[in-house]
Amino acid sequence: MYAQMIKSTGKGVKTLDEMDPQERAFQERIDAGGKIEPRDWMPAGYRKNLIRQIGQHAHSEIVGQLPEGNWITRAPTLERKAILLAKVQDEAGHGLYLYCAAETLGITRDEMFEALHEGRMKYSSIFNYPTLTWADMGAVGWLVDGAAIMNQVPLQRTSYGPYARAMVRICKEESFHQRQGFDIMMKMCNGTDAQKKMAQDALNRMWYPSLMMFGPSDKDSVHSEQSMAWKIKMNTNDELRQKFVDQTVPQAEYLGLTVPDDKLSWNEEKGGYDFSEPDWSEFFDVLAGNGPCNQERLQTRKDAWESGQWVRDGMLAHAAKKRAAKLAAE
Amino acid sequence: MSAALFETLLRLGDNTLVLGHRVSEWCGKAPVLEEDIALANTALDLIGQTQMWLSYAAEVEGAGRSADDLAMLRDVWDFRNILMVERPNLDFGHTMMRQFLFDAYHRALLSGLAGSGDPRVAEIAAKAVKEATYHLDRSAETVIALGDGTEVSHAKMQTALDLLWPYTGEMFHSDEADAEMVAAGVIPDPEGLRPAWMDTVTATMAEATLTLPDSNFAHKGGRTGKQHTEHLGHMLTQMQWLQRAYPDATW
Ligand SMILES: [Fe+2]
Ligand SMILES: [Fe+2]
Ligand SMILES: [Fe+2]
Repeated sequence: MYAQMIKSTGKGVKTLDEMDPQERAFQERIDAGGKIEPRDWMPAGYRKNLIRQIGQHAHSEIVGQLPEGNWITRAPTLERKAILLAKVQDEAGHGLYLYCAAETLGITRDEMFEALHEGRMKYSSIFNYPTLTWADMGAVGWLVDGAAIMNQVPLQRTSYGPYARAMVRICKEESFHQRQGFDIMMKMCNGTDAQKKMAQDALNRMWYPSLMMFGPSDKDSVHSEQSMAWKIKMNTNDELRQKFVDQTVPQAEYLGLTVPDDKLSWNEEKGGYDFSEPDWSEFFDVLAGNGPCNQERLQTRKDAWESGQWVRDGMLAHAAKKRAAKLAAE
Repeated sequence: MSAALFETLLRLGDNTLVLGHRVSEWCGKAPVLEEDIALANTALDLIGQTQMWLSYAAEVEGAGRSADDLAMLRDVWDFRNILMVERPNLDFGHTMMRQFLFDAYHRALLSGLAGSGDPRVAEIAAKAVKEATYHLDRSAETVIALGDGTEVSHAKMQTALDLLWPYTGEMFHSDEADAEMVAAGVIPDPEGLRPAWMDTVTATMAEATLTLPDSNFAHKGGRTGKQHTEHLGHMLTQMQWLQRAYPDATW
């Protein structure tokens, strides 16, 4: 999940009877499975939460290019290099759709970038972990894109039209990424001892950060309720995390890898795995800016933005001159 | 094996490999999101073309090497790309100017190769020329916008053009391998590509309000493998690292 700590209004969810007629009509439309479009009336809190959520998701796609970009220049074969390039290109494209979706809510892409650079908006904690070996390219696709899909498939039914439509396009590509990631893991796990070691090491490092992608446990996540009523969040964090573990553990077994969790066991009664929680204090550290790569990731984006200023200025100036020339000719 | 054909295919494939690698270094760091997407797309196209050229090169060589072996296991002296494409990216202006100067050449070259007497070469070129044409549209547009844009962007683009200009002449140089391939009807005469390239460059620079340097000096040695820049070796330490560190692995 790319939107981990979305704080909503914090007040309890109003009942239909407590709402004024406009708000009530809005909620009833959502309850009936209708879509809200940019020109429709919406509560200020709905707008604000969506901007944060979509913006955080967009930022995650963009910052998410960096850990994979770290290996593009070292991809071991031409084909792997091409696949990774295509993936990173997709991620940038996802960022673009999502910024466009957020813009329909009355914020500009530049404002969102500014908020990211100033630390007022976040991106997923997962991208603050380093990619240390080629197996990490497999693990990122398999686990990170896998966890993203888990969250985003239900969001195809989210109440906000532009967001739901962006999700439909994005989900198709994310499943492709996940298969490609798994394919890298297969190659590594069927490879030399060194490759197997890389694969296990990647799983060891990425497992808990992947579980953290779903956000803190529901009992600590006080703001979920309103988001769920508005259908901008479709499942609880714990539901999605459980689903992810249930899907991923058999895949790890298939690969011959060991999930780094002593407490992992099948629970017949609940029809799912019991598993250890990630270290939430680490999660909050990363969120507070103290993950292994926070400083570098953000600095890379800020540097890209600042050193690109003259380019954006030049492009805008040229476009303005062209418009002026066209007007003069008319 | 035809040594001249092998040489020719390496020249084609190494240009796209090395430039594709350079362009891919921009990942996630472009000045605007749309450029991030476009640069990744360009790199992807170039790596795709590399796969086609080097696969054919490996077949022609017939020594049991694959396209990946050629890309990942040759040392600097065996690379046959022009020097311009191995130059470091420097800033976005330099990257796009280099791309434009190359695209204009690449389109002319690939158009010629699409009529090659060697059917495989013709087939690869016919596919690649569509991509090169698209790349050229984009890079020309960017060079024009930034050349014309602000005082700052204009100055940066002029600097880039001045820096890159001495690296353009190598594209049109010929040696014996070229002469043999020209005679066999496999490739167009390199020097013959210059007028079309020059037309494109002159028209674009005029629109970009940039001044063509008044010099014919040309650095060379990349296409023949005689002498690369210092930069290529560093690129290879990254590009080839996994294959060299784990020689018995498949990926
Ligand atoms: Fe994505
Ligand atoms: Fe995503
Ligand atoms: Fe993805």
